[in-house]
Amino acid sequence: MTTATFAATDVELNDEGFFVHPEQWTEEMASELARREGIDPLTDAHWKVIRFMRAEYEAKGTGPTVRVLGKTSGVSVKELYQLFPKGPAKVAAKIAGIPKPRGCI
Amino acid sequence: MAPRIVILGGGTGGTLTANRLLRRLGPDAVITVVDQDNRHLYQPGLLFVPFGLTRVEDIVRPRRLQLHEGVQFVEAPVDRVEIADQRVHLGDGTVLDYDVLVVASGAILTPEETEGLTGPGWMEKMFTFYTPEGAAALHEALAAFDHGRLVVNVVDMPIKCPVAPLEFCFLADWYFTERGVRDRVDITYVTPLDGAFTRPVASEHLRGMLGDRDIELVTEFNTGKVDGPGGLLVSYDEREVEFDLAVVVPLHSGAAFVGRSEGLGDELDFVPTDERTLQAKAAPNIFVIGDAANVPTSKAGSVTHFEGETVVDNIARHLAGEPLIDGFDGHANCFIETGFHKALLIDFNYDHEPVTGHYPGRVGMPLLKESRLNHLGKLLFESVYWHGLLPGRDIPGISASMPLTGRHERSE
Repeated sequence: MTTATFAATDVELNDEGFFVHPEQWTEEMASELARREGIDPLTDAHWKVIRFMRAEYEAKGTGPTVRVLGKTSGVSVKELYQLFPKGPAKVAAKIAGIPKPRGCI
Repeated sequence: MAPRIVILGGGTGGTLTANRLLRRLGPDAVITVVDQDNRHLYQPGLLFVPFGLTRVEDIVRPRRLQLHEGVQFVEAPVDRVEIADQRVHLGDGTVLDYDVLVVASGAILTPEETEGLTGPGWMEKMFTFYTPEGAAALHEALAAFDHGRLVVNVVDMPIKCPVAPLEFCFLADWYFTERGVRDRVDITYVTPLDGAFTRPVASEHLRGMLGDRDIELVTEFNTGKVDGPGGLLVSYDEREVEFDLAVVVPLHSGAAFVGRSEGLGDELDFVPTDERTLQAKAAPNIFVIGDAANVPTSKAGSVTHFEGETVVDNIARHLAGEPLIDGFDGHANCFIETGFHKALLIDFNYDHEPVTGHYPGRVGMPLLKESRLNHLGKLLFESVYWHGLLPGRDIPGISASMPLTGRHERSE
């Protein structure tokens, strides 16, 4: 576990870089988090996915997988990979400050 | 009036639930099992079909004969469930009213969801062993295959029996070695996961076993497209893996009727279910067992068997107006066939990772270690399945909750 600072606020990240306490996340932190993932700037399309991930996490306690994102977010899997080339579910979850989606068991 | 219990699905979960309920409730309940056909497939047997170690006709028995006398069997497809009316509408127009509904309809394969997979080359150079037809066709193709690139690919999770594709790799290594052509066949395992398996300790162990057998591992590969004529798997992030023969585990969904039943399923037609009580989120008189549930453990027969006790107990409690128990702990127990007459055994639940040690106690089958004893256990299991698990008997020495003695727990 490490402590990092985004938008002048200290937050805790786990070893893989996901938020330990998703409630510490604010929208102001997103662009800094995105730059760490090589995404700059965040466009409206990115924000659509990030807000969707947040809402899904708050409703269900876990973020959606890529396949579920493709079916429900209104953004196709192909476009999701264009937006988040290193893996939409994981990278968008990091930027949205939610835990790693636990779709895979 | 005797409560009417309708069970949708006559596979592992539906059959063992019906038989256990009959014993528990006796003539005080009317138990009906619905399935679209009368063929009960021993699914773990499919893995062995491509290698000629068993045949499809040897692993199928009539569903009806696995149900005890006193359980009614209806052979018809399900159209939809009307939750508010407590009714099941069947495809032939029949309506079944229920007091308690059990969803035991498993998972289906959706290969058409992956671009190109069911296009040119499907069942010629791309196969799946997850269906009887696919496993039988793959048997022919493997027999004719004596050199080239064999790729085993999991498109995405969740899948039934997440260890089966790894077992396929191990058995392919053994099979081509026995035929004397192993040095002319490249075997590659291509997975969307970031390791060989979903759980960290077992994942590292299995990665080592792939390496020892000269099986290449490609991770974090999300298959977006399969090009049959070109012999290519293409990931969404535009990486490519070449193949001469591809063995693909396609995407899975829940049964289609779940999607047609308002309020019952999720985006993938699995049923949102309380992971401890196995009650559906949709209504208090609906329970879910086996692959149909969205609970965060493996989709596997052993899990279904362990869930049976809790499902039956909670149905009886629900009918008696008593509070439900948090009985299910996520227990999964899998033999992993590793070829050359050996197998590995893993045992885990919601809270405990698969680790080394022995099962079910300090003296027993070795965990996370290859042995002949585990291979014999895997072979013996087919008989236990038909004669112990489906009739709903408790298997001696094997409890539903995970045993902790004998395990070498690691501190985090």
